[in-house]
Amino acid sequence: MILSALLRRDEIEPTLSIAGATLVVDVSGALYEPASGALIVADLHLEKGSSFARRGQFLPPYDTATTLGRLAGALETYRPRAVIALGDSFHDRWGASRLGAGDRETLAALQLGRDWIWIAGNHDPEAPKGCGGEAVDEMRLGPLTLRHEPQAGAAPGELAGHLHPVAKVAARGRGLRRRRCFATDGARVVLPAFGAYAGGLNVRDAAFGGLFGAAEMTAWVLGETAVYAIPAIGLRPD
Amino acid sequence: MLPERFMRWFAGRGWTPRPHQLELLAHARAGRDSLLIAPTGAGKTLAGFLSTLVELAAAPRGESEGIHTLYVSPLKALAVDVARNLERPVSEMGLGVRIEGRTGDTPASRRQRQKRQPPDILLTTPEQVALLIGDPGAAKLFETVRRVVVDELHALAPTKRGDQLALALARVRALAPSATMVGLSATVRDPDELRRWLVDPRRGQELADLVEVRGGAAPVIDVHETDERLPWAGHSAAHAMPAVYEAIRKHRTTLVFCNTRAFAELAFQELWRINDDNLPIALHHGSLDVGQRRRVEAAMGEGRLRAVVCTSTLDLGIDWGDVDLVVQVGSPKGSSRLLQRTGRANHRLDEPSKALLVPANRFEVIECEAAREAALAGEQDAEAAKPGSLDVLAQHVLGVACGGPFDEDALYREVTSAAPYADLDRKTFAEVVQFVATGGYALRGYERFAKIRRTKDGLWRVSNPMVAQSWRLNVGTIVEATMLKVRFARSKGPVGRMAGGRVIGQVEEYFVETLTPGDTFMFGGEVLRYVALVENEVFVTRAVSETPKVAVYAGGKMPLTTGIAAHVRSALADPARWGALPTQVREWLGFQQERSLIPQPDQLLIETFPRGGRHFLVAYPFEGRLAHQTLGMLLTRRLERARAKPLGFVATDYALAIWGMGDLSAMIDAGALSLDALFDQDMLGDDLEAWMAESALMKRTFRNCAIIAGLIERRFPGKEKTSRQVTMSTDLVYDVLRRHEPDHLLLRAARADAARGLIDLERVAEFLARARQHIVHRALDRISPLAVPILLDVGREQVYGEAQDALLREAAETLVEEAMGPR
Repeated sequence: MILSALLRRDEIEPTLSIAGATLVVDVSGALYEPASGALIVADLHLEKGSSFARRGQFLPPYDTATTLGRLAGALETYRPRAVIALGDSFHDRWGASRLGAGDRETLAALQLGRDWIWIAGNHDPEAPKGCGGEAVDEMRLGPLTLRHEPQAGAAPGELAGHLHPVAKVAARGRGLRRRRCFATDGARVVLPAFGAYAGGLNVRDAAFGGLFGAAEMTAWVLGETAVYAIPAIGLRPD
Repeated sequence: MLPERFMRWFAGRGWTPRPHQLELLAHARAGRDSLLIAPTGAGKTLAGFLSTLVELAAAPRGESEGIHTLYVSPLKALAVDVARNLERPVSEMGLGVRIEGRTGDTPASRRQRQKRQPPDILLTTPEQVALLIGDPGAAKLFETVRRVVVDELHALAPTKRGDQLALALARVRALAPSATMVGLSATVRDPDELRRWLVDPRRGQELADLVEVRGGAAPVIDVHETDERLPWAGHSAAHAMPAVYEAIRKHRTTLVFCNTRAFAELAFQELWRINDDNLPIALHHGSLDVGQRRRVEAAMGEGRLRAVVCTSTLDLGIDWGDVDLVVQVGSPKGSSRLLQRTGRANHRLDEPSKALLVPANRFEVIECEAAREAALAGEQDAEAAKPGSLDVLAQHVLGVACGGPFDEDALYREVTSAAPYADLDRKTFAEVVQFVATGGYALRGYERFAKIRRTKDGLWRVSNPMVAQSWRLNVGTIVEATMLKVRFARSKGPVGRMAGGRVIGQVEEYFVETLTPGDTFMFGGEVLRYVALVENEVFVTRAVSETPKVAVYAGGKMPLTTGIAAHVRSALADPARWGALPTQVREWLGFQQERSLIPQPDQLLIETFPRGGRHFLVAYPFEGRLAHQTLGMLLTRRLERARAKPLGFVATDYALAIWGMGDLSAMIDAGALSLDALFDQDMLGDDLEAWMAESALMKRTFRNCAIIAGLIERRFPGKEKTSRQVTMSTDLVYDVLRRHEPDHLLLRAARADAARGLIDLERVAEFLARARQHIVHRALDRISPLAVPILLDVGREQVYGEAQDALLREAAETLVEEAMGPR
């Protein structure tokens, strides 16, 4: 990774180079791969609100609309040929059937004219019914391997989700609030959760330790308007 | 008036019934609701129960005729203590009355038995009454009630617990139409508020009958004077601890009140450092382990302690007859609080209570004098009544449904018979019912998962037993900040293999978030080193560090009340009254007069000056820290727009300072910046709305409402082990709801709370209205004497910059530079 590129983030889009593939890091939490024209997102957790409602916690039923709105923004920016969702696209296996009519239409509109791939996750091991697209367990994209759960010892080029990375950045001697981030060591990337109600796990948690050497990881932290690359030394545990 | 048996008992103890005791008895006999206002030591408890005992003596009851009197107190300990106090007359007169307590600590078996065979007198807390209301046996349990006694009503009524209790008592009244209410209260500003709280106007009484016990001896309140140099800022009053120690030595038992847990820790530490006589001095605050607190209370009850350093945890509570001095470290911030605390000393009506105020810095000398003046004049400035909270109402509505089916119109009538909800409109009530049923969302509902449903007979019923079960676990209106246990780490070594030792207490999660392993902080009277967070427990070791990083976990930072602020303003403005102040303070004010200006009570002084390459604006509204924080947030937004390049601000109780790159004096001089426009009331429009959207304070307020209203479940110890990525963050819920349905019931509830609470909009609004046309500006060439204390806080206090992105960029650049060397 070229550090000097970070300093010019305002002029050019921040990019990562993973196993020879170039990836644009978007402030929404998505990755864009210009070579294939694919936009990659992780952990949409659609219908998480209604999943909680089944158990009597009536969270505002607007999370799906919010997440799809966020996604629509990224699609508008990159106009990708394909969208790849890295699993846990629905919060539970019945999520697709609870999709509201409006949200269903929005999703269909987003899928129009492009390929759409649902990679299986632990929350949604089966293909979401009636939601279009194609379902796979994992896939290759040029030099990249795309799957839901990152694997320890995976060959370079893995893009995964599942862990919902967030970073707590040290600034002026204090920890800032946790923010979503990409975690990467230059060989693999764990994407932040894209869903509106998805929580987060600190990148300093042991779960990340098995994937990255402590010093090699950089967190690409999502600000309001830009992405900031923070090396491990600037990251705090909870 | 009093039956023979009672007259003999009083005479036997060498007592005569006091007039207010007989008066209350008369009101009860006439079937009237009444309020007793009396200072401590006036025999309030016996007064409250006398009519009950007389009735029970006149008509002895069988085994289980049901509850005759329901006693509710805000403190568990008080319920236990009252039980003990009542046992005496009951057994000495042989009345054969069954008295039992019921709190969260009561074993489940006894609670079950209490439902089958209720005692004659049940002593309990608001939460327990709410739980009983939601029991299917509620009607049977409460129909026998003849009297309800609410203790410490002044402390309960203005809170959400008060709202909860008012709703529960409305239900009790409906179930037991012949029950009368008795409220017991300390002196308050407006007794009519409490009198209204106790009655249902539709039953023919507009206000509860008032019985007032005047006086008692006037308290003696001194302000500590020192020859030592008074600190310019800070709140620990370390300089005065030798004097506090002397005072402890000279008295039998002393309560040392501190305004925050952190300062209590510091004072405790400092007192023990100089405790050459090894006096038994203990520590008591809300973060300490419950067992530890109970041991301190017990030792206090037995007279084994010479002093307890404490926080507001001991504001209320059982009477400790031996306390003969109250020390208040730092400004008491309010007259009612000072009177309440002073009243903790000496429970004999005819002897004065004694208090010593210890100002922690120069400005607090003025504040303490003002508080003393207000307290001696008997001024009350505690919170006033407010409309009942909608989140509490939602919890109540579900509780009622758990108790049995309800008719919406009938419940509306019942709810509006409770004073806090008297003005609730029918439409809002319907929204609350909808919220309980399905979340009440406008665009999309959860009908098929509804918690309560309206059945064919038109009544609302709970959908399934699980609903009642989860409601029971979530009853209550006190939402604690998420607390983490603090535990000694027994072995060193890798974090994963660390063994846990003794638990010392709990700290707020957000405090831990500011710590880095290796940081030291003071807790439980010891200096501890933060080692790691292990499965939601804070592992620490003892540290030998002499200078700990102080634990600034909030815990009761009360803002200056409007009443004291008015006293401070007028004391400042009148140099003739400075004579009462120590020389150092007088000189300080004199310099201010010379170099800048001492504002008149109706003026808002604004100073601008350059310092250290920055430009400062200091305003002195005297409206309390919370209101100043809000003002600071809004003003920096506006200065940003005016291109004054603000960088940050800091707020204290009496002033706020904003600094930035733009030369404010020059801008004002050139007409590029108008102070009148800057402080215009229109900042409460779009600026406020925009800021609230992102405000962490607002999100915290929303979280509390969401938990109380049952939108999300409380986190229970042990249940929170699921990893954080699964736990629902209310911040995310807030963001989504705000965007899609900004007028949702819960957001309205949160805004109402914030206006009075963390954001203190009420005071900001009043201040802005007052400040109009009264701004006086001084452009200075250097810092003014009055601005010294607040500027000293700049390094110490958190800087409320909003620019998360700016900080992130800074962090990224600093670190990149570190990695690459200077470009």
